[in-house]
Amino acid sequence: MANPMRIRADVRDGVTDVRMQVPHPMESGQRKDDKGAVIPAHFITQLEVRHGERVVFSAEFGPSVSANPFLRFRFKGAAAGDRLVASWVDSRGETRSDQVQIGGAAA
Amino acid sequence: MDRKRRQVLRAAGGLGVLGMLAQAGLISPAQAQAAAARPGFDARELNAALAALGAQDATASTELSLTAPDIAEVANAVSVEVRSRLPGTDRIAILVEKNPFPLAAVFSIPEGTQPEVITRLKMAQSADVVALVRAGGRFHVARKAVIVTISGCG
Repeated sequence: MANPMRIRADVRDGVTDVRMQVPHPMESGQRKDDKGAVIPAHFITQLEVRHGERVVFSAEFGPSVSANPFLRFRFKGAAAGDRLVASWVDSRGETRSDQVQIGGAAA
Repeated sequence: MDRKRRQVLRAAGGLGVLGMLAQAGLISPAQAQAAAARPGFDARELNAALAALGAQDATASTELSLTAPDIAEVANAVSVEVRSRLPGTDRIAILVEKNPFPLAAVFSIPEGTQPEVITRLKMAQSADVVALVRAGGRFHVARKAVIVTISGCG
């Protein structure tokens, strides 16, 4: 089971700033091990962030995204205390979801 | 081109739903994967990836900013920022010209989300990083050369 995502979300002036790091090897399938055998590709293919029912950000990844992908984006329409749910699926069909409460000036 | 564009749109629209169904255990993740066409990700050459995204006629735009380092000493995590000032931006893609699979990421920008993203990429060698933006159904590109001192694709 993959480790939890580290997500930080803060709202200011109606705009929520989201920074997240997603623990994942993001193996490209290009690397070889000590014995010269190719290390199989294993990378996140889709990632999605939801605010309630609304998808506020979605990404498709190829193997060129770095290990432990980092993302930063901003969206409108959320308030401090609301929850965000982030989910990913990888090339082996493994999945993970994590949630975070949006911080910032309380209403 | 229209057909391709529809495929792109369908893939974009379907991914989230399928992903969530997989999360909910209603379908297997493998099914979600199979249903996702992922156009462009299997292309091994930049122009082929752009064509698969329907963006072979993309035009350069100064309303699109791409920020990446001039020299990347740690090429396994090169920070790249794309920001669009084009109205109606609903899609941002980032490509690395000389990587084995140039298409690195495609982001869908729903209404209410700002047309900008920061992420980190691997770079196999010195190459152009290419930002592709779809706005009002038209594609725009910006390029930035990045010199790699130690390859990030090992």
